[in-house]
Amino acid sequence: MPNMSPKKVEMPVQEPEVRIQNFEEVAIGYTPEMAKEEAERCLHCAHKPCVQGCPVNVNIPDFIQQVKEGDLEEAYRIISLTSSLPAVCGRVCPQESQCEKYCVRGIKTEAVAIGRLERFVADTHRKENDAPLERPISNGHKVAVVGAGPAGLTAAGDLAKMGYEVTVFEALHVAGGVLMYGIPEFRLPKEIVQAEIKHLEELGVDIVTNFVVGRSDTIDSLIDDGFEAIFIGSGAGLPNFMNMPGENLKGVYSANEFLTRINLMKAYVPGSPTPIQNPKRTVVIGGGNVAMDAARCARRLGSEVHIVYRRSLEELPARKEEVEHAMEEGIIFDLLCNPVQVIGDEEGWVKQVECVRMELGEPDASGRRRPIEIANSNFLIDADCMIMAIGTSPNPLIRHTTQGLEVNRRGCLIVDDQEMTSREGIYAGGDAVTGAATVISAMGAGKKGAQSIDAYIKARSNS
Amino acid sequence: MYTILKKEILNPTVTKMVIQAPNVAKRAKAGQFIILRVDEQGERIPLTIADADPETGEVSIIYQIVGKTTMALNQKQEGEALQDFVGPLGQPSEIEGERVCVIGGGVGCAIAYPTAKAFHHAGSEVSTIVGFRNQDLVILEDEFKEVSDHYYLMSDDGSVGEKGLVTNKLEELIQNGVQFDKVIAIGPVIMMKFVCEVTKKYNIPTVVSMNPIMIDGTGMCGGCRLKVGDEIKFACVDGPDFDGHLVDFDEAMSRNRAYASFEKHERDEFCNLLNQEVH
Repeated sequence: MPNMSPKKVEMPVQEPEVRIQNFEEVAIGYTPEMAKEEAERCLHCAHKPCVQGCPVNVNIPDFIQQVKEGDLEEAYRIISLTSSLPAVCGRVCPQESQCEKYCVRGIKTEAVAIGRLERFVADTHRKENDAPLERPISNGHKVAVVGAGPAGLTAAGDLAKMGYEVTVFEALHVAGGVLMYGIPEFRLPKEIVQAEIKHLEELGVDIVTNFVVGRSDTIDSLIDDGFEAIFIGSGAGLPNFMNMPGENLKGVYSANEFLTRINLMKAYVPGSPTPIQNPKRTVVIGGGNVAMDAARCARRLGSEVHIVYRRSLEELPARKEEVEHAMEEGIIFDLLCNPVQVIGDEEGWVKQVECVRMELGEPDASGRRRPIEIANSNFLIDADCMIMAIGTSPNPLIRHTTQGLEVNRRGCLIVDDQEMTSREGIYAGGDAVTGAATVISAMGAGKKGAQSIDAYIKARSNS
Repeated sequence: MYTILKKEILNPTVTKMVIQAPNVAKRAKAGQFIILRVDEQGERIPLTIADADPETGEVSIIYQIVGKTTMALNQKQEGEALQDFVGPLGQPSEIEGERVCVIGGGVGCAIAYPTAKAFHHAGSEVSTIVGFRNQDLVILEDEFKEVSDHYYLMSDDGSVGEKGLVTNKLEELIQNGVQFDKVIAIGPVIMMKFVCEVTKKYNIPTVVSMNPIMIDGTGMCGGCRLKVGDEIKFACVDGPDFDGHLVDFDEAMSRNRAYASFEKHERDEFCNLLNQEVH
């Protein structure tokens, strides 16, 4: 008889007043007993709707069955068949709009906590049996992957499992992309990311850091070097600004800069050579997950934090759980507001952010109600730090240095239904194609790219 | 890891290092830079490529000891290695002009030298004006002379070359009727600002090499952003060279001081540790 509790087994978390004093993980994770109890909630549906909701199609009921039976190694093996980074996905996927959205239990009550169970399985494996993976036998074909973020790492892992000799070129000094520089330690411990990347290296994936494709070398010279196909997973890392007066004052950061200093460079650790301002009052502009991450980081640096978002609570694009966590941590939401200028002091530092109030009009092309400025509603927020989290675009470096790569007007690479770009043998996926999206959709694209590259190289070598 | 093949003290606070970095050397051009980390916990700092040889894979950097990280870099000896060394980054300098004037200030001369050399090899008539505080700080004198048709050495106190600023010499040359197609100024922001004030009067196109605070150096953070005309530019990808008559130098100087107190604290701590004096 399954556990018919209408609610998910609660995940233990650090209390808000404690966790704002540290950068350690907020969610502590299930105990084996909790995991078993939650696994019992799965009805083991024959048609497995949850699987279709997962961009990499993890066989969810099967791995949950193994959690019920207590064979966690087998559960891990089942997840690994289709997912390269389960400890990451279990933490950062928006399950409510993916696997858990389709869960039958979710129709009348809460869905099965698939993400929490995946995380539990991956964490247990890492702690108890992190034996090196066996390196597959090489098929002699070389593939290059540009960018070591979720899309590139997934493509690399899948290709390596198929026997390809894969080299990943990464511009930063460490692999992981947004998993390392963007998502904070308190949502995704960096040690876990590196442990998952180590598994890829065990599979034979060669990761070359400090290599900027487009500068250190071009796509075309990689082809000349004997790579038979290339997967571009270079992401969308170019920060957008609003071009309003005062945006270049000291204390105004892009979320990318603020988060890179904190997550990648560990600027919050005392004695770190990379500095970060110690803000007293921070205004974060934007309402996505990046805005929540930046706000919660600023809170942990001891700042009072305001989130300024031009629509209402209902339209906030961030995950509900992140918004709740941010609210618990005392972050103030100034909704239906938009900044118009930043006012500085005589030293060139941010002093105030001038905002205007908004109201919602008719739905626009995106289906969301369009925010409209309310005339003469301007007001000031005192602040010594402002973080712009209004989105990112693909970095133009690769398209500017590669002939014949077609892009759309937002600068995103155009691909066909096989993830191939306008150049034969050059594939792309993730944010480089879609613009800023989610970790798991990038991983799904990496997976598909790997399958297409495999088919392409096989067709070529048979002809 | 990137091995230090050679370390040469150019003056009391300026050092040249030759690093084994084939991926950087292969495509490096004048005006481009690298980002390095000295060790595993280190910060990322940008330094211009002073010279590169694609055959041997060697890249030269010249740095001034100004703070904690450059001090830590200077602790490293030949045969030791740097943790990270990535490049070439930024746009190469445009090497065009029949008669050009390259102006270098202080350690900026390390950046001015490869540019002067590139112009010389491209067949331009190169006048070089270099400025230092005093004779102890002069660097790359022979190297500059070799690639310059005219070489002018200025010092603040007159202890070497002529007493005066680089802008004094520039204005003198222009007033004596020398017609430059282009002026390239590389050095402290304040010097580049004043060079541009001179050249604007005479309507001479002027390129400056900007040196804002950088983190990644690949265009993903905007920490290095500058106001150039009506536009916001990222120095790491759009530059570091810009039209000097369009750059907002005052804003750039202000932004460069964002972490001044943090840096001073770090430097003082490290100085005490090493019992070393920094100029």
